[in-house]
Amino acid sequence: METELKEILNELNSLQNSLLDPSHQSQIHQLQCRIERLSNLAKSGGMHRSKVKDMSAEVVDSNPYSRLMALQRMGIVQNYERIRQFSIAIVGIGGVGSVAAEMLTRCGIGRLLLYDYDKVELANMNRLFFRPEQVGMTKTEAAVETLSDINPDVVFESYTLNITTVQGFETFMSSLKNKSFGPHKEGSGVDLVLSCVDNYEARMVVNQACNELNQTWMESGVSENAVSGHIQLLVPGETACFACAPPLVVASGVDERTLKREGVCAASLPTTMGVVAGLLVQNALKYLLKFGQVTPYLGYNALKDYFPTMEMKPNPQCSNSACLERQKEYILVKPARDAAARAKMEAEAQSATECPIHADNEWNISVVDDSEVAGPDVRSSGILPDGLMHELPSADGFSNLPVSGDGSNPLDDLDELRKQLEALNADKS
Amino acid sequence: MEEWDQTTKSTLTQIPLLTTKAGPRDGAAWTQRLKEEYKALIAYTSMNKSNDNDWFRISAANPEGTRWTGKCWYVHNLLKYEFDLQFDIPVTYPATAPELELPQLDGKTHKMYRGGKICLTVHFKPLWAKNCPRFGIAHALCLGLAPWLAAEIPILVDSSMIKHKDDAASSSEV
Repeated sequence: METELKEILNELNSLQNSLLDPSHQSQIHQLQCRIERLSNLAKSGGMHRSKVKDMSAEVVDSNPYSRLMALQRMGIVQNYERIRQFSIAIVGIGGVGSVAAEMLTRCGIGRLLLYDYDKVELANMNRLFFRPEQVGMTKTEAAVETLSDINPDVVFESYTLNITTVQGFETFMSSLKNKSFGPHKEGSGVDLVLSCVDNYEARMVVNQACNELNQTWMESGVSENAVSGHIQLLVPGETACFACAPPLVVASGVDERTLKREGVCAASLPTTMGVVAGLLVQNALKYLLKFGQVTPYLGYNALKDYFPTMEMKPNPQCSNSACLERQKEYILVKPARDAAARAKMEAEAQSATECPIHADNEWNISVVDDSEVAGPDVRSSGILPDGLMHELPSADGFSNLPVSGDGSNPLDDLDELRKQLEALNADKS
Repeated sequence: MEEWDQTTKSTLTQIPLLTTKAGPRDGAAWTQRLKEEYKALIAYTSMNKSNDNDWFRISAANPEGTRWTGKCWYVHNLLKYEFDLQFDIPVTYPATAPELELPQLDGKTHKMYRGGKICLTVHFKPLWAKNCPRFGIAHALCLGLAPWLAAEIPILVDSSMIKHKDDAASSSEV
């Protein structure tokens, strides 16, 4: 089509030159403009770029990575091209996960593993990424279709399954362990897992898998009322796992009951989801490409534009046994790690010029070691700081109740028990 | 437990509690847990029958006991409404509760997640978390599904979202 348009344009040009009558000039000029517009359209429509072997820093319009490689020139990232060696698993391809996947795809990540069991619905259209013509497709299939068009250099693996079922979990685990992409990598087959799911059960499953595999992961979430969210870094054994702190304590700034109106249809905004996806992938890039500070937890309160951060240590009484194992391993290697970190800090401090920062100390300000907390022990006294309250009442008095296995049912054979229940089920009365 | 009525409370205290904290990936410990699940279900079902309050059938759909199927019903204005009931035991069980599904009601009420999973977030999940690992399938039915049916079925019937099977048959014949 392009060549034909060019031929028409050439004929028109020669016609223009041969015409002596100036009255047709403006008409011919209009025709020329129209043909030019059409040939531009033909050039841009349906363009697919081919794969790129090496990331180039060359500044030309046709280089998809020039702006990313410029991060090196600006002194932010030391070696950006390393990103092609990394594998990231994204669990949940919804409002946050799909946007995170697009960001990583555009950054030229090496390999993306996508997990979801849902289909695209019209009700998803208030969020980013998916398009109305994809309604009915599985989210994984639709995502791979769009993403491989955007960047054919990325290797995509899609898993349409529910990770909370026994079978789904096995596939999930083996896909994370698969090292075919980077055979020399230590640990599992992926560098990072991003949890972008929308429910507690699935988060607990990602937590279980990552604790067992000793896999660093990042959790993300957006509140049901769509105006707050958070991201959290979880390093098994080193930071709190998702089961370490059960949701017993909640901030009382807003009563949760007032947020949970009738029904379970959660609200969502493309803005909040986009912000959280951005924070999540930013933290992932910092973690993988080693620049800036990787945040252990970052909250986002859209109503007050408040971004709290905090660190959470693992719970020595965590109910997750894999977490306890990782904690034990971490304590063993901790002295060596701390020594290395201290040596690094000292080396950095020595390179800086040594002189007192303040020559005088008019107000007698001194630095006090706060590692030994002297104040009231909040944890043991059961009194919570202002603004916090226990969400659940203390355990009910069930401890003195009958426990199965006592004299009432002497049977202890699984088949017998099954038959007994079936007999009850068959009995109509 | 202030919000629960006396009948539910007294029923609950008679369902045997479980002791083994084990999920479907825990081998022999899971078998032990499964035995306790059966004992609790047997006790609960026979109690319902003797109190003339029989309202569900449930049995394991596979030998591992990780998938369960059955029926549950609710009587409203002297008519019985019956639904298929199904759920999987999650890999993180019993830290997380089973997600009870009524697939026939999928899309008919907004108090439900995709696939017909009933919403248990407010009235049941906190109780389950607090009583892990002592609560099992029988407790989930008693404290999760029963109150859900009692709250939802009358509304679904009154708003004609669901029809009694006799009405549905006669209207389709016309």
